[in-house]
Amino acid sequence: MLDLDGLTPEQYRARYEALQAAARARAATPPPLPAISNIPDDAVVKRERIPPGWYVAVRLKRGDAIRITNPAGTPGAALFLWNADDISERYNAGDTVKLQWTTKLTTGKLLFSDMGRVMASITADSGAGHDSILGANSPVQAGAGRNGRDNLRLAAAKFGLTRQDVGPCLSLFSSISTDDAGRFHYNGAPPANAMVELRAEMNLFAALSNTPHPLSGAAAATGPVEFVIYRAAPASADDFCRISSEEASRGFINTDELFA
Amino acid sequence: MNIISDVVVPARAPYSATLHAGQVMRIIDLESQQAVDALFYNAHDTTERYSAQDTLAAEAAAGRKFYLGLGSVLLSNEMRPMLTVVADTCGFHDTSAGACSCESNTVRFGHETRFMQSCRENFLTELGKYGMGKRDLVSNVNFFMNVPIRPNGELTVDDGVSKPGGYVDLRAEMDVLVLISNCPQVNNPCNGFKPTPIRIIISES
Repeated sequence: MLDLDGLTPEQYRARYEALQAAARARAATPPPLPAISNIPDDAVVKRERIPPGWYVAVRLKRGDAIRITNPAGTPGAALFLWNADDISERYNAGDTVKLQWTTKLTTGKLLFSDMGRVMASITADSGAGHDSILGANSPVQAGAGRNGRDNLRLAAAKFGLTRQDVGPCLSLFSSISTDDAGRFHYNGAPPANAMVELRAEMNLFAALSNTPHPLSGAAAATGPVEFVIYRAAPASADDFCRISSEEASRGFINTDELFA
Repeated sequence: MNIISDVVVPARAPYSATLHAGQVMRIIDLESQQAVDALFYNAHDTTERYSAQDTLAAEAAAGRKFYLGLGSVLLSNEMRPMLTVVADTCGFHDTSAGACSCESNTVRFGHETRFMQSCRENFLTELGKYGMGKRDLVSNVNFFMNVPIRPNGELTVDDGVSKPGGYVDLRAEMDVLVLISNCPQVNNPCNGFKPTPIRIIISES
Protein backbone atom coordinates (compact mmCIF):
# COMPACT_ATOMS: atom_id res chain seq x y z
CA MET A 1 0.00 0.00 0.00
CA LEU A 2 1.13 3.54 -0.80
CA ASP A 3 2.47 5.19 2.36
CA LEU A 4 1.20 8.72 1.81
CA ASP A 5 2.86 9.97 4.97
CA GLY A 6 6.23 8.74 3.78
CA LEU A 7 6.71 10.06 0.26
CA THR A 8 9.52 12.42 -0.68
CA PRO A 9 8.76 16.06 -1.53
CA GLU A 10 9.45 15.23 -5.18
CA GLN A 11 6.90 12.43 -5.12
CA TYR A 12 4.26 14.66 -3.52
CA ARG A 13 4.95 17.34 -6.12
CA ALA A 14 4.54 14.86 -8.95
CA ARG A 15 1.13 13.81 -7.57
CA TYR A 16 -0.02 17.44 -7.31
CA GLU A 17 1.23 18.43 -10.75
CA ALA A 18 -0.56 15.46 -12.33
CA LEU A 19 -3.85 16.59 -10.73
CA GLN A 20 -3.25 20.17 -11.83
CA ALA A 21 -2.47 19.11 -15.39
CA ALA A 22 -5.68 17.09 -15.53
CA ALA A 23 -7.71 20.06 -14.28
CA ARG A 24 -6.12 22.36 -16.86
CA ALA A 25 -6.79 19.87 -19.65
CA ARG A 26 -10.46 19.68 -18.65
CA ALA A 27 -10.74 23.47 -18.49
CA ALA A 28 -9.27 23.72 -21.99
CA THR A 29 -11.82 21.37 -23.53
CA PRO A 30 -15.21 21.95 -21.91
CA PRO A 31 -17.85 19.39 -22.92
CA PRO A 32 -21.03 20.43 -24.76
CA LEU A 33 -23.66 21.57 -22.30
CA PRO A 34 -26.91 19.71 -21.81
CA ALA A 35 -30.03 21.43 -23.13
CA ILE A 36 -32.02 23.50 -20.64
CA SER A 37 -35.21 21.60 -19.94
CA ASN A 38 -38.71 22.97 -19.65
CA ILE A 39 -40.15 22.59 -16.17
CA PRO A 40 -43.18 20.26 -16.20
CA ASP A 41 -46.14 22.02 -14.59
CA ASP A 42 -46.97 19.02 -12.44
CA ALA A 43 -43.46 19.01 -10.95
CA VAL A 44 -43.64 22.56 -9.58
CA VAL A 45 -43.56 22.81 -5.79
CA LYS A 46 -43.35 26.55 -5.36
CA ARG A 47 -43.01 29.75 -7.35
CA GLU A 48 -42.10 32.99 -5.69
CA ARG A 49 -40.88 36.50 -6.41
CA ILE A 50 -38.45 38.11 -3.95
CA PRO A 51 -38.85 41.91 -3.91
CA PRO A 52 -35.72 44.07 -3.97
CA GLY A 53 -33.93 43.90 -0.63
CA TRP A 54 -35.82 40.86 0.68
CA TYR A 55 -34.97 37.20 1.17
CA VAL A 56 -36.49 33.75 1.48
CA ALA A 57 -35.66 30.74 3.65
CA VAL A 58 -36.69 27.60 1.77
CA ARG A 59 -36.27 23.85 2.15
CA LEU A 60 -35.14 21.71 -0.75
CA LYS A 61 -35.35 17.94 -0.73
CA ARG A 62 -32.62 15.87 -2.30
CA GLY A 63 -33.41 15.85 -6.01
CA ASP A 64 -35.37 19.10 -5.98
CA ALA A 65 -34.22 21.81 -8.36
CA ILE A 66 -34.47 25.56 -7.90
CA ARG A 67 -34.41 27.71 -11.02
CA ILE A 68 -33.61 31.30 -10.13
CA THR A 69 -34.19 34.11 -12.62
CA ASN A 70 -33.30 37.76 -12.59
CA PRO A 71 -35.80 39.46 -14.89
CA ALA A 72 -34.49 43.02 -14.54
CA GLY A 73 -30.76 42.29 -14.19
CA THR A 74 -30.37 43.30 -10.56
CA PRO A 75 -26.66 43.12 -9.65
CA GLY A 76 -26.47 40.04 -7.47
CA ALA A 77 -28.34 37.70 -5.14
CA ALA A 78 -26.70 36.03 -2.13
CA LEU A 79 -27.11 32.30 -1.46
CA PHE A 80 -26.20 30.15 1.52
CA LEU A 81 -26.93 26.47 2.13
CA TRP A 82 -27.08 24.13 5.12
CA ASN A 83 -27.52 20.37 5.24
CA ALA A 84 -31.06 20.15 6.63
CA ASP A 85 -30.22 16.87 8.38
CA ASP A 86 -27.12 18.28 10.15
CA ILE A 87 -26.89 22.05 10.20
CA SER A 88 -23.22 21.96 11.21
CA GLU A 89 -22.58 20.99 7.60
CA ARG A 90 -22.88 24.02 5.33
CA TYR A 91 -21.73 25.70 2.14
CA ASN A 92 -17.98 26.13 2.01
CA ALA A 93 -16.96 28.94 -0.33
CA GLY A 94 -13.24 28.18 -0.22
CA ASP A 95 -13.60 24.46 -0.86
CA THR A 96 -16.03 25.12 -3.71
CA VAL A 97 -13.44 27.05 -5.70
CA LYS A 98 -10.38 25.15 -4.50
CA LEU A 99 -11.71 21.65 -5.14
CA GLN A 100 -12.74 22.61 -8.68
CA TRP A 101 -9.58 24.59 -9.45
CA THR A 102 -11.62 27.58 -10.59
CA THR A 103 -13.63 30.57 -9.45
CA LYS A 104 -15.81 30.35 -12.58
CA LEU A 105 -18.95 28.57 -11.43
CA THR A 106 -21.35 27.59 -14.19
CA THR A 107 -23.20 24.57 -15.58
CA GLY A 108 -21.58 21.34 -14.42
CA LYS A 109 -19.87 22.87 -11.41
CA LEU A 110 -20.81 21.96 -7.84
CA LEU A 111 -21.42 23.71 -4.54
CA PHE A 112 -19.44 21.86 -1.85
CA SER A 113 -20.01 21.62 1.88
CA ASP A 114 -17.28 21.70 4.51
CA MET A 115 -17.49 17.90 4.61
CA GLY A 116 -16.29 17.25 1.07
CA ARG A 117 -19.85 16.55 -0.08
CA VAL A 118 -21.77 17.98 -3.00
CA MET A 119 -24.64 20.06 -1.63
CA ALA A 120 -25.97 21.21 -4.98
CA SER A 121 -25.10 21.00 -8.66
CA ILE A 122 -25.38 23.82 -11.17
CA THR A 123 -27.62 22.11 -13.71
CA ALA A 124 -28.32 25.13 -15.91
CA ASP A 125 -26.91 28.62 -16.20
CA SER A 126 -27.26 31.54 -18.58
CA GLY A 127 -23.62 32.50 -17.87
CA ALA A 128 -24.02 35.73 -15.92
CA GLY A 129 -21.23 34.71 -13.50
CA HIS A 130 -21.39 33.80 -9.82
CA ASP A 131 -18.89 34.86 -7.18
CA SER A 132 -17.82 32.75 -4.22
CA ILE A 133 -14.87 34.94 -3.17
CA LEU A 134 -16.48 38.23 -2.09
CA GLY A 135 -20.02 37.10 -1.30
CA ALA A 136 -22.84 39.24 0.08
CA ASN A 137 -23.00 42.96 0.68
CA SER A 138 -23.26 44.46 4.15
CA PRO A 139 -24.11 47.76 5.83
CA VAL A 140 -20.82 49.07 4.41
CA GLN A 141 -22.38 49.15 0.93
CA ALA A 142 -26.09 49.24 1.78
CA GLY A 143 -26.03 51.90 4.49
CA ALA A 144 -29.27 51.82 6.43
CA GLY A 145 -31.00 49.80 3.69
CA ARG A 146 -31.47 46.06 3.71
CA ASN A 147 -28.28 44.09 3.10
CA GLY A 148 -27.21 40.57 2.25
CA ARG A 149 -25.36 39.78 5.44
CA ASP A 150 -28.33 40.57 7.63
CA ASN A 151 -30.77 38.88 5.25
CA LEU A 152 -28.75 35.65 5.40
CA ARG A 153 -28.81 35.87 9.19
CA LEU A 154 -32.56 36.43 9.16
CA ALA A 155 -33.02 33.43 6.89
CA ALA A 156 -30.78 31.41 9.21
CA ALA A 157 -32.96 32.47 12.13
CA LYS A 158 -36.00 30.97 10.37
CA PHE A 159 -34.24 27.61 10.65
CA GLY A 160 -33.36 28.21 14.30
CA LEU A 161 -29.80 29.24 13.47
CA THR A 162 -27.68 32.27 14.40
CA ARG A 163 -24.87 34.36 12.94
CA GLN A 164 -22.55 31.59 14.14
CA ASP A 165 -24.04 29.45 11.36
CA VAL A 166 -23.57 31.86 8.47
CA GLY A 167 -20.27 31.57 6.69
CA PRO A 168 -18.86 32.89 3.41
CA CYS A 169 -21.61 32.68 0.79
CA LEU A 170 -22.13 32.63 -2.96
CA SER A 171 -23.23 35.77 -4.80
CA LEU A 172 -25.28 34.74 -7.82
CA PHE A 173 -25.50 36.92 -10.95
CA SER A 174 -22.17 38.52 -10.01
CA SER A 175 -19.38 38.57 -12.56
CA ILE A 176 -16.00 39.17 -10.96
CA SER A 177 -12.62 38.77 -12.58
CA THR A 178 -9.04 39.34 -11.57
CA ASP A 179 -6.19 40.93 -13.48
CA ASP A 180 -2.52 40.00 -13.70
CA ALA A 181 -1.77 42.49 -10.94
CA GLY A 182 -3.99 40.55 -8.54
CA ARG A 183 -6.91 42.96 -8.34
CA PHE A 184 -10.63 42.23 -8.51
CA HIS A 185 -12.85 43.78 -11.16
CA TYR A 186 -16.63 43.93 -11.26
CA ASN A 187 -17.78 43.25 -14.81
CA GLY A 188 -21.12 45.03 -14.73
CA ALA A 189 -24.67 44.08 -13.92
CA PRO A 190 -26.04 40.85 -15.41
CA PRO A 191 -28.31 40.93 -18.44
CA ALA A 192 -32.05 40.91 -17.90
CA ASN A 193 -33.45 37.40 -17.56
CA ALA A 194 -30.20 35.91 -16.32
CA MET A 195 -30.90 32.44 -14.93
CA VAL A 196 -29.20 29.78 -12.85
CA GLU A 197 -30.56 26.43 -11.73
CA LEU A 198 -29.34 24.37 -8.79
CA ARG A 199 -30.24 20.77 -7.99
CA ALA A 200 -30.15 19.77 -4.34
CA GLU A 201 -27.96 16.69 -3.84
CA MET A 202 -28.87 16.47 -0.17
CA ASN A 203 -31.76 17.83 1.89
CA LEU A 204 -31.09 21.52 2.22
CA PHE A 205 -32.03 24.64 4.07
CA ALA A 206 -31.42 27.48 1.62
CA ALA A 207 -31.19 31.21 2.20
CA LEU A 208 -31.59 33.41 -0.88
CA SER A 209 -31.26 37.18 -0.57
CA ASN A 210 -32.12 39.71 -3.25
CA THR A 211 -29.26 42.09 -2.47
CA PRO A 212 -26.40 43.35 -4.66
CA HIS A 213 -22.82 42.21 -4.89
CA PRO A 214 -20.52 44.32 -2.68
CA LEU A 215 -18.51 45.59 -5.67
CA SER A 216 -21.53 46.38 -7.85
CA GLY A 217 -21.70 50.00 -6.78
CA ALA A 218 -25.42 49.56 -6.09
CA ALA A 219 -26.62 50.21 -2.56
CA ALA A 220 -29.90 48.42 -3.25
CA ALA A 221 -31.34 45.80 -5.58
CA THR A 222 -32.80 47.16 -8.80
CA GLY A 223 -35.39 44.49 -9.49
CA PRO A 224 -36.98 41.31 -8.21
CA VAL A 225 -35.48 37.82 -8.12
CA GLU A 226 -37.84 35.00 -9.05
CA PHE A 227 -37.52 31.29 -8.44
CA VAL A 228 -39.29 28.04 -9.11
CA ILE A 229 -38.71 24.93 -7.02
CA TYR A 230 -39.64 21.70 -8.76
CA ARG A 231 -39.31 18.00 -8.20
CA ALA A 232 -36.52 16.51 -10.26
CA ALA A 233 -34.31 13.52 -9.42
CA PRO A 234 -30.93 13.11 -7.75
CA ALA A 235 -27.89 12.90 -10.01
CA SER A 236 -27.91 9.70 -12.06
CA ALA A 237 -24.83 7.55 -12.56
CA ASP A 238 -24.09 9.27 -15.87
CA ASP A 239 -25.20 12.76 -14.78
CA PHE A 240 -23.40 15.63 -16.50
CA CYS A 241 -22.33 17.24 -13.22
CA ARG A 242 -21.30 13.97 -11.56
CA ILE A 243 -18.95 12.94 -14.37
CA SER A 244 -17.64 16.43 -15.12
CA SER A 245 -14.37 15.75 -13.28
CA GLU A 246 -12.62 13.26 -11.01
CA GLU A 247 -13.14 15.70 -8.16
CA ALA A 248 -16.88 15.88 -8.87
CA SER A 249 -17.18 12.10 -8.90
CA ARG A 250 -15.39 11.84 -5.56
CA GLY A 251 -17.62 14.54 -4.07
CA PHE A 252 -20.71 12.59 -5.15
CA ILE A 253 -19.28 9.43 -3.58
CA ASN A 254 -19.12 11.35 -0.29
CA THR A 255 -22.68 12.68 -0.67
CA ASP A 256 -24.18 9.37 -1.71
CA GLU A 257 -22.86 7.76 1.50
CA LEU A 258 -25.46 9.82 3.39
CA PHE A 259 -28.29 8.21 1.46
CA ALA A 260 -26.99 4.68 0.90
CA MET B 1 8.98 46.48 23.75
CA ASN B 2 7.89 43.83 26.18
CA ILE B 3 7.89 40.18 25.02
CA ILE B 4 4.87 38.39 26.41
CA SER B 5 5.48 34.99 24.85
CA ASP B 6 7.89 33.44 22.38
CA VAL B 7 7.25 29.89 21.26
CA VAL B 8 8.19 27.53 18.45
CA VAL B 9 5.18 25.67 17.07
CA PRO B 10 6.32 22.29 15.75
CA ALA B 11 5.55 21.25 12.20
CA ARG B 12 1.90 20.14 11.75
CA ALA B 13 0.84 21.36 15.21
CA PRO B 14 -1.94 23.69 16.44
CA TYR B 15 -1.50 26.75 18.66
CA SER B 16 -3.75 29.39 20.21
CA ALA B 17 -3.43 32.56 22.24
CA THR B 18 -5.44 35.61 23.23
CA LEU B 19 -4.11 38.97 22.12
CA HIS B 20 -5.13 42.09 23.99
CA ALA B 21 -5.87 45.18 21.94
CA GLY B 22 -2.59 46.83 20.98
CA GLN B 23 -0.48 43.71 21.30
CA VAL B 24 1.39 42.43 18.27
CA MET B 25 1.74 38.84 17.13
CA ARG B 26 4.71 38.06 14.92
CA ILE B 27 4.47 34.83 12.94
CA ILE B 28 7.85 33.71 11.64
CA ASP B 29 8.23 31.23 8.79
CA LEU B 30 11.49 29.79 10.09
CA GLU B 31 12.51 27.63 7.16
CA SER B 32 10.44 29.17 4.29
CA GLN B 33 7.34 28.21 2.29
CA GLN B 34 5.30 27.21 5.34
CA ALA B 35 1.57 27.99 5.23
CA VAL B 36 0.15 29.15 8.57
CA ASP B 37 -3.64 28.90 8.79
CA ALA B 38 -5.27 31.26 11.28
CA LEU B 39 -8.75 31.90 12.71
CA PHE B 40 -9.68 35.00 14.71
CA TYR B 41 -12.49 35.59 17.20
CA ASN B 42 -13.57 38.47 19.41
CA ALA B 43 -12.24 37.17 22.72
CA HIS B 44 -15.37 38.37 24.55
CA ASP B 45 -17.99 37.07 22.09
CA THR B 46 -16.70 34.41 19.74
CA THR B 47 -19.78 34.62 17.49
CA GLU B 48 -18.08 37.77 16.23
CA ARG B 49 -15.25 36.38 14.12
CA TYR B 50 -13.03 37.04 11.16
CA SER B 51 -14.86 37.41 7.84
CA ALA B 52 -12.72 36.76 4.78
CA GLN B 53 -15.40 37.99 2.38
CA ASP B 54 -15.99 41.30 4.15
CA THR B 55 -12.24 41.80 4.44
CA LEU B 56 -11.66 41.10 0.73
CA ALA B 57 -14.59 43.31 -0.31
CA ALA B 58 -13.06 46.18 1.67
CA GLU B 59 -9.61 45.48 0.25
CA ALA B 60 -11.00 45.34 -3.30
CA ALA B 61 -12.96 48.57 -2.83
CA ALA B 62 -9.71 50.22 -1.77
CA GLY B 63 -7.97 48.97 -4.92
CA ARG B 64 -5.87 46.46 -3.05
CA LYS B 65 -4.97 42.95 -4.18
CA PHE B 66 -6.64 39.68 -3.30
CA TYR B 67 -3.61 38.82 -1.21
CA LEU B 68 -3.44 40.28 2.27
CA GLY B 69 -0.27 42.25 2.99
CA LEU B 70 1.13 45.30 4.71
CA GLY B 71 -1.71 47.62 5.70
CA SER B 72 -4.48 45.05 5.30
CA VAL B 73 -7.18 45.32 7.96
CA LEU B 74 -8.82 42.05 8.96
CA LEU B 75 -12.53 42.68 9.51
CA SER B 76 -15.02 40.78 11.62
CA ASN B 77 -18.50 39.71 10.56
CA GLU B 78 -19.62 42.97 12.20
CA MET B 79 -17.26 44.93 9.93
CA ARG B 80 -15.07 45.90 12.83
CA PRO B 81 -11.27 45.89 12.55
CA MET B 82 -9.86 42.89 14.40
CA LEU B 83 -6.21 43.09 13.39
CA THR B 84 -3.96 45.13 11.12
CA VAL B 85 -0.94 43.85 9.22
CA VAL B 86 1.75 46.24 10.46
CA ALA B 87 4.83 44.50 9.03
CA ASP B 88 5.22 41.92 6.31
CA THR B 89 8.22 40.49 4.47
CA CYS B 90 6.18 38.28 2.15
CA GLY B 91 3.16 40.01 0.60
CA PHE B 92 1.38 36.79 -0.31
CA HIS B 93 -1.20 35.82 2.28
CA ASP B 94 -4.29 34.04 1.00
CA THR B 95 -7.78 34.39 2.42
CA SER B 96 -9.82 32.91 -0.44
CA ALA B 97 -9.04 29.21 -0.37
CA GLY B 98 -9.81 28.19 3.21
CA ALA B 99 -8.16 25.50 5.31
CA CYS B 100 -7.49 21.92 4.32
CA SER B 101 -9.55 19.12 5.82
CA CYS B 102 -9.56 15.33 5.71
CA GLU B 103 -12.89 15.45 3.86
CA SER B 104 -11.90 18.01 1.26
CA ASN B 105 -8.66 16.11 0.73
CA THR B 106 -10.68 13.07 -0.35
CA VAL B 107 -12.22 15.13 -3.14
CA ARG B 108 -9.14 17.00 -4.19
CA PHE B 109 -6.46 14.35 -3.82
CA GLY B 110 -8.34 11.05 -3.65
CA HIS B 111 -9.87 8.96 -0.88
CA GLU B 112 -6.48 7.46 -0.07
CA THR B 113 -5.59 10.80 1.60
CA ARG B 114 -8.44 10.71 4.14
CA PHE B 115 -6.30 9.71 7.11
CA MET B 116 -3.66 12.40 6.80
CA GLN B 117 -3.38 15.27 9.28
CA SER B 118 -5.12 18.48 8.18
CA CYS B 119 -5.68 22.04 9.36
CA ARG B 120 -9.33 21.60 10.26
CA GLU B 121 -8.37 18.69 12.55
CA ASN B 122 -5.95 21.06 14.25
CA PHE B 123 -8.56 23.80 14.45
CA LEU B 124 -11.25 21.54 15.88
CA THR B 125 -8.81 20.30 18.51
CA GLU B 126 -7.98 23.85 19.50
CA LEU B 127 -11.58 25.14 19.26
CA GLY B 128 -12.61 22.44 21.71
CA LYS B 129 -10.43 24.01 24.38
CA TYR B 130 -12.61 27.12 24.20
CA GLY B 131 -15.94 25.32 24.14
CA MET B 132 -16.36 25.76 20.41
CA GLY B 133 -16.85 23.29 17.58
CA LYS B 134 -17.37 22.90 13.87
CA ARG B 135 -20.08 25.56 13.63
CA ASP B 136 -17.42 28.02 14.74
CA LEU B 137 -14.99 26.95 12.07
CA VAL B 138 -15.31 29.75 9.55
CA SER B 139 -13.12 31.54 7.06
CA ASN B 140 -9.44 31.82 7.81
CA VAL B 141 -6.25 33.48 6.64
CA ASN B 142 -3.47 31.38 5.14
CA PHE B 143 -0.32 33.31 5.91
CA PHE B 144 2.60 32.70 3.52
CA MET B 145 0.29 30.71 1.21
CA ASN B 146 0.40 31.60 -2.47
CA VAL B 147 -3.02 31.12 -4.08
CA PRO B 148 -3.23 33.01 -7.35
CA ILE B 149 -6.63 33.70 -8.91
CA ARG B 150 -5.78 34.00 -12.58
CA PRO B 151 -7.64 36.16 -15.14
CA ASN B 152 -9.15 33.00 -16.64
CA GLY B 153 -10.61 32.16 -13.21
CA GLU B 154 -8.16 29.38 -12.36
CA LEU B 155 -7.42 29.15 -8.65
CA THR B 156 -4.44 27.03 -7.66
CA VAL B 157 -2.04 26.62 -4.78
CA ASP B 158 1.39 27.58 -6.08
CA ASP B 159 4.83 27.37 -4.54
CA GLY B 160 5.16 29.70 -1.56
CA VAL B 161 7.48 32.67 -1.93
CA SER B 162 8.36 33.33 1.71
CA LYS B 163 12.03 33.17 2.63
CA PRO B 164 13.62 31.61 5.73
CA GLY B 165 12.89 33.90 8.66
CA GLY B 166 10.15 35.75 6.80
CA TYR B 167 7.50 37.20 9.09
CA VAL B 168 4.21 39.01 9.36
CA ASP B 169 3.19 41.25 12.27
CA LEU B 170 -0.46 41.51 13.30
CA ARG B 171 -1.57 44.26 15.66
CA ALA B 172 -4.73 43.45 17.58
CA GLU B 173 -7.40 46.17 17.26
CA MET B 174 -9.63 44.42 19.82
CA ASP B 175 -9.07 41.58 22.25
CA VAL B 176 -8.69 38.67 19.85
CA LEU B 177 -8.55 34.92 20.28
CA VAL B 178 -6.14 33.58 17.65
CA LEU B 179 -6.13 29.94 16.59
CA ILE B 180 -3.35 28.67 14.38
CA SER B 181 -2.73 25.49 12.47
CA ASN B 182 0.85 25.09 11.32
CA CYS B 183 -0.34 23.51 8.10
CA PRO B 184 0.41 19.78 7.77
CA GLN B 185 -0.63 19.49 4.11
CA VAL B 186 1.78 17.62 1.81
CA ASN B 187 -0.56 17.05 -1.13
CA ASN B 188 -0.06 20.55 -2.55
CA PRO B 189 2.85 23.03 -2.58
CA CYS B 190 1.64 25.22 0.31
CA ASN B 191 4.38 23.87 2.57
CA GLY B 192 7.00 23.06 -0.03
CA PHE B 193 5.76 19.45 0.42
CA LYS B 194 7.64 19.39 3.72
CA PRO B 195 5.94 20.94 6.80
CA THR B 196 8.33 22.85 9.07
CA PRO B 197 8.19 24.65 12.45
CA ILE B 198 7.15 28.26 12.91
CA ARG B 199 7.85 30.72 15.71
CA ILE B 200 5.28 33.02 17.28
CA ILE B 201 6.19 36.05 19.36
CA ILE B 202 3.61 38.17 21.17
CA SER B 203 4.75 41.58 22.32
CA GLU B 204 3.46 44.93 23.48
CA SER B 205 4.95 48.38 23.38
